Amino acid sequence: MKETKSYKVFKVVNVIILLLVVYITLFPFLNVVAQSFSGRAQIEAGQVTLIPKGFNVLTYKTILHDKTFWTSYRNTIVYTVVATFISIVMTTMFAYVLSKKRLMGRKFFTSLAIFTMFFNGGLIPNYILIKTLGMTNTIWAMVIPGAISIFNMLIMKSFFEGMPEELEEAASIDGSTTYGTLVRIILPLSKPILATMVLFYAVGNWNSWFGAFLYLDKSDMFPVTLYLRNLLAGATSGQSAGATGADDLTQIGANIKAVTMVLTVLPILMVYPFVQKYFVSGIMLGSVKQ
Amino acid sequence: MKQVVEVSKQTQELKVPIITTTKRSLVLKALKKDWQLYSLLILPIIYLVIFKYIPMIGNIIAFRRFIPGGNIFGEEWVGFRYIQMFIGDATFWHVFKNTLIMSSLTLLVCFPAPIIIALLLNEVKSKKFKKFVQTASYLPHFLSIVIISGMILQLTATNGALNSLIEFFGGKPILFMQDAKWFRPIYVGSEAWQTMGWGAILYLAALTNIDESLYEAAKMDGANRWKQTIHVTIPGILPTIITLLILNIGSIMAVGFEKVLLLYNPLNYETSDVISTYLFRVGLQSSNFSYATAIGLFESIIGLILVYSTNFLSKKYTDNGLW
Repeated sequence: MKETKSYKVFKVVNVIILLLVVYITLFPFLNVVAQSFSGRAQIEAGQVTLIPKGFNVLTYKTILHDKTFWTSYRNTIVYTVVATFISIVMTTMFAYVLSKKRLMGRKFFTSLAIFTMFFNGGLIPNYILIKTLGMTNTIWAMVIPGAISIFNMLIMKSFFEGMPEELEEAASIDGSTTYGTLVRIILPLSKPILATMVLFYAVGNWNSWFGAFLYLDKSDMFPVTLYLRNLLAGATSGQSAGATGADDLTQIGANIKAVTMVLTVLPILMVYPFVQKYFVSGIMLGSVKQ
Repeated sequence: MKQVVEVSKQTQELKVPIITTTKRSLVLKALKKDWQLYSLLILPIIYLVIFKYIPMIGNIIAFRRFIPGGNIFGEEWVGFRYIQMFIGDATFWHVFKNTLIMSSLTLLVCFPAPIIIALLLNEVKSKKFKKFVQTASYLPHFLSIVIISGMILQLTATNGALNSLIEFFGGKPILFMQDAKWFRPIYVGSEAWQTMGWGAILYLAALTNIDESLYEAAKMDGANRWKQTIHVTIPGILPTIITLLILNIGSIMAVGFEKVLLLYNPLNYETSDVISTYLFRVGLQSSNFSYATAIGLFESIIGLILVYSTNFLSKKYTDNGLW
């Protein structure tokens, strides 16, 4: 069938609309990057949109020499690695057991988990619990409370459910224990879902700030997101970064936020092109069995 | 009636011991056979109990006096004192109204946006261009809310890009974050910016599952592309739309707490303060734990009722439900 004239017009308009969507999506990023490399005067005059003006890297130099920044960066890495590791172990165990259809009580344990998605304790009872457990100002407050995401667990569970049962039957005839089967047979075949889970948890942990805001008081324990938050809220300023002259200080004050944003988001941007497809496939898997 | 009840009671009593013994032996048998599987459940269940169910029970301090450092379930019953307190609290009703307005606006704008994007992308023939648009539009989903808020603050600053645009067209710069009337548009707009690309994924997946022969049949009947969209494409993704609508309505009370907390300031409390931020200030900044818990409990119960009732209605009328 021949395309009508109006459909041809629509196709052109469609491309323009979608390009506009891309432009709007990327604009804030490019704007932040442009500001991070610009001079104070140009930023304050509101001249910087997509291209850096009055090129200046003083703030980058200062931040990259700032010990607090590096400490918080290191903290973020430590919290992300430890939390992701704990989450993967816990989620795998939970999902694997719940994927066994013959298991007695499976339904009960599954509903026990799912109910928490729709009703949770809320901010204050959670806060009191973490305080009572003595977890404040320890790494445990960062890595334990979010150990299992039920959403992720359900995605993993539906992946395990899709595996052929003969695999495990053969293994158990050969005398393999449940643990042995899980570690030696199931997990090596589950690499795609493990990769997806690692990414889901790692990005979530890398980006989180509120737990740290609630449960950590010592600034040398802050993750980089909280460092940035305090900067945005005006709780800290460039002065702590060890600038010398007054001119330097105003320059730093003008774009320290932009620079910190760029440096915080950089690792995510670098891995994004490669990991994006795992996220999409994970979400698809989750939507099958929601 | 009474007799019937009595009789059924008797038969139940007769049956009870039999059932429990068989059940008990079944449990023992299952434990013996699958103890290794059950052992893997120990840590996850302990986790659920401590970090999910104990805080749930901890909500009881909405009805009990709580002393910081004391029993996490409170010291003594005080009845509905804290419930009465927020019912009589004008600020509570103000933030309640703000929450409803903000979440309704968000639903109104951010729910259709991904559907539109998915439909537009569906008309793109070039795979490369489609991929490019998708990859770019997913990006905000991967960023920390702190970064997103930082970007919003920068764009809306006096010397930010939005004001440059306004000045370019001869307007006067606007103090966006100092003016209460701008908070809602900024919140909802940035929410749409953040979620429209990623939200389109599920619709795009549903679109690929539509039977190609339906389009052929529609073409035979002389339907143009627009009519095909109305009669084939949209009905094809309707189940997905409804499922996501249920999820969205169910969480209508949950305005992006962290985002509001990062963005708002006393100058725009009038429109920006929502239930969760209010209870955060009441509970953690003024240490009125019980009062804040009462507010939080009220909020979660409404949320729970919303999820269950939307799911019930959807199952009844569309055969589509979450469970």
